Amino acid sequence: MADRSLSPALRPFDAVGGWTISAVDSLGRFGTFFVEALIAIATPPFKVRAFVDRINYIGYRSLLIILLTGAFTGMVLGLQVYLTLVRFGSEAFLGPAVALSLIRELGPVLAALMVTGRAGSALTAEIGIMRITEQIDALTVMALNPMRYLVAPSILAGLVTFPLMTAIFDVVGIFGGYLVGVELLGLSPGTYFGEMQTFVDMKDIMTGFWKSVSFGVVVTWVCTYKGFNVGHGAEGVARATTQAVVLSSVLILVWDYFMGSILP
Amino acid sequence: MIKVEGLRKSFGRQPVLRDLDLEVATGSITVIIGRSGGGKSVFLKHLIGLLRPDAGRVLVDGVEITHLTGRALDGIRRRYGVVFQGGALFDSMSCADNVAFPLREKLRMPTDEIAKRVEAALGQVGLEGVGAKFPAEISGGMRKRVAIARALVTEPEIIFFDEPTTGLDPVLVNTIHHLILDLHRRFRFTALMVSHEIPEIFEIADTVAMLHEGRIVEVGPPAAIQASANRVVRQFIRGEPDNSEGH
Repeated sequence: MADRSLSPALRPFDAVGGWTISAVDSLGRFGTFFVEALIAIATPPFKVRAFVDRINYIGYRSLLIILLTGAFTGMVLGLQVYLTLVRFGSEAFLGPAVALSLIRELGPVLAALMVTGRAGSALTAEIGIMRITEQIDALTVMALNPMRYLVAPSILAGLVTFPLMTAIFDVVGIFGGYLVGVELLGLSPGTYFGEMQTFVDMKDIMTGFWKSVSFGVVVTWVCTYKGFNVGHGAEGVARATTQAVVLSSVLILVWDYFMGSILP
Repeated sequence: MIKVEGLRKSFGRQPVLRDLDLEVATGSITVIIGRSGGGKSVFLKHLIGLLRPDAGRVLVDGVEITHLTGRALDGIRRRYGVVFQGGALFDSMSCADNVAFPLREKLRMPTDEIAKRVEAALGQVGLEGVGAKFPAEISGGMRKRVAIARALVTEPEIIFFDEPTTGLDPVLVNTIHHLILDLHRRFRFTALMVSHEIPEIFEIADTVAMLHEGRIVEVGPPAAIQASANRVVRQFIRGEPDNSEGH
């Protein structure tokens, strides 16, 4: 907030300075939180039960939405890419076009966005409610580190489940494209899968894999951080949940661009 | 003994604790009374190491805890039990798992020993047979009793109660107070309780301290507090309206 004792000419600078300090402070807290989470991950004993529970929470419970969005993304791709390629007489390349789009780009990004919407928001809300109902304080005063019980298992589960969800999204999407391209539009199955084997190689799969791994870390980091640092009451939880989903989604797209630039 | 010296805490420009001094004798029940928003819960959070003061010291058996971190602070906290205002039970766990949690995670006891201790702790608070239920499936009074059982199960030396009876009907308030008194007689822990329950707390407290505007304005045995000449104390214990609030 601008200091009213300052002259009007200096107030904009005061406001910009205040905002900058606040932004740097928030970034510092965000980074410190991640370092604390890494320390909690590296410190034994490993919380196997909490980790399995988080895999179920983030991964298994997101399966239906991944199957649905994967199938329809593949079907839309199959239809639109076919209609484009047929103009150039290149419809034989439908298989690799669908597969490369999904494996390199759409699979990791859309799967991450879907899991963020379903599990990331729930993660923030759950931890936020634990914060406002003093359950996190209860852990702390029992001399138990809440980072180890709540954050570390979530980040590890994100590392495991995001690539798995992406793989499922890719496979279902490729079959969605097959359904439209082969079953509805009459392309031969051999052409669809044969050209795919020719054009898709391991480095494309690894690009999608590394993207999904990094999205898993980013989403669980943002969502647990927002839950941990929730404001007061139900409104605070609602705001934190919205911020977590928006920030995660923006970071997925920004990070996707950087990963796409770096990876082969 | 818990000794608090010159504790100060502000949030932004709002001072909440101003040179607060208090001594809590080992094995006693000390009740902090005071109006809502007077800083009682903030004070309690300093004692359990959830907040750090701007100035002043908190000493537990001569050890200053205000600057402790990590394992040193955890060492002090292992001697504590805390009953939070809303119970702070883990809502994803059954009542029995809630009580078992500190035994399993903090003391790393064997499973059969944990089961015995949990059953005994729930029995002590009159909740035999509810272990399988989840916190959302039981009443507010039962949740408070489960929270007391969880605080008690590790046999701590010091238990902090943050308004353990808020929101309960008068019968439950008395039930919880007598439960605390009974458990205190059996286990002889040091109890520090924050409460609004006037006059019920005078029956269970060894010492009552009145916190007003961030300071302890009166401290003494219940009889002395009830006979206090201090206007603020009298107004609070008689529940007289505050005309300074502009109503």
